[in-house]
Amino acid sequence: MLAFDNVTFGYGANDNILDQLSFTVRPGEFISIVGRSGSGKSTIFRLVTGLDEPSTGTIALDGHPNGQRLGKVGYMPQQDLLLPWRTVLENACLPLEIAGTKKMSAHEQVLPLLQEFGLAGTENNYPDELSGGMKQRVAFLRAVLSGNPLLLLDEPFSALDAITKLAMQEWLIERWEKRTATVLFITHDVEEALFLSDRVFMLRSKPVTSFEEIKVPLGRPRSRNDLHRPEILQLKEQLLRALREEVML
Amino acid sequence: MRNASSLLIVLAFLSVWEIGARLADQAFILPSPIQIAIKLWDLKEVLIINHLPVTLLTIIIGLAISIVSGTAIAVWMFANPSVRKALYPILIASQMIPVIALAPIFVLWFGYTIWSKVAVAVLITFFPITVNTFDGLASGKKETEELLLTMGATKKDIFLKYSMPTTLPHFFSGLKVAVTLSVIGAAIGEWLGAQAGLGYFSRRMMTQFDGAAVFAPIFVLTVVGIVLFVCVTSIEKRLVKWRNIN
Repeated sequence: MLAFDNVTFGYGANDNILDQLSFTVRPGEFISIVGRSGSGKSTIFRLVTGLDEPSTGTIALDGHPNGQRLGKVGYMPQQDLLLPWRTVLENACLPLEIAGTKKMSAHEQVLPLLQEFGLAGTENNYPDELSGGMKQRVAFLRAVLSGNPLLLLDEPFSALDAITKLAMQEWLIERWEKRTATVLFITHDVEEALFLSDRVFMLRSKPVTSFEEIKVPLGRPRSRNDLHRPEILQLKEQLLRALREEVML
Repeated sequence: MRNASSLLIVLAFLSVWEIGARLADQAFILPSPIQIAIKLWDLKEVLIINHLPVTLLTIIIGLAISIVSGTAIAVWMFANPSVRKALYPILIASQMIPVIALAPIFVLWFGYTIWSKVAVAVLITFFPITVNTFDGLASGKKETEELLLTMGATKKDIFLKYSMPTTLPHFFSGLKVAVTLSVIGAAIGEWLGAQAGLGYFSRRMMTQFDGAAVFAPIFVLTVVGIVLFVCVTSIEKRLVKWRNIN
């Protein structure tokens, strides 16, 4: 689905953020990228979406190395970035409009999805009338409607309160299981990463040369209680300790 | 009623004026509101048929030129950073020029035609429209533009679907200021040289020591300003309706 091959990237000449980084993501996987702020998580996202191009190395999407990636990856940013002058329905339709779908048929396509995404009845509301959790749902729906099988979610729940966050995590997993999308999920919340993912990539020192990869030993469907299993608690400890070390540096 | 308190203040002001004017009893210098109202009624045909259309035309042409050229230059500055660097400081500095004092030069250039008045109106309405529109365009968030890029948006998509709607409220703020100024610009333009128009009429009556007839066209000009302002506000409400929630 997605493959980084010896990717090097930096904004300055001698200031590489990524150095010879390689990794692959298989179709249908849910992968979390964990690291402290400034560790290069967002840089990886900018490269995957095509907003930036690697200095050296190749990024292959669907087996096409270094092809056009803009418009081929669904992206959900940290802030919802909904357009305040568009209703919920119009916001969700945005990627379809950009892809050239006529307004009427875009609306027809999106309306049933609003129901499924728990947004029924809000289609004519403006974003300012919605709660934070609802806005994130719209933003996620918008990413899904880009029609791309690879979705990048950049700390989507970091601005939500703790209770809403838990509910949204479960909601997200349900949506994901139903659609068999491939998800790359940035977070700094270790528990969130373990609950959601098949694999966790941890970013250590800069420049990033490789990830510390952790396979989450849980099947699906999962419940919150699974997080209390001893092996998961141990993993969590290990991840937290590693992150703390990074902060010490 | 929503504006009851404002109305009360205006009524109080008019009453004080009326009483003061009657006590002073020099109608040619200080006419009372009632005298002005009577004069307005007497002059209604002259003012509305002969002079209002001339002034209104000046205002509308002036505004139209300012809107078209102001938004064009704003978009140009937004699209091209070197144009912005060159023009923006000049634009700000140009506001230090006492534009009104320039008005006589337009009479030299354009004579007593409508264009000398239009030029004054354009010169004072151009700035608020251009600067507000530009600031609106520049207020767009980079993150949102990048999000649209990840959806495969072209530059045109981003401009039409993001930059323009972002700018609309700013544009209307500029337009509201411009509409008010345009009335002033047209009237001043007419003082300096005209054969018709509300500003011209008011000034001519001054030379005849007819205080009430000086005030009557000013009243009409005020109404014109208010009506234009209300028009702009209602268009804004319709186009920017998402702002009226909460």
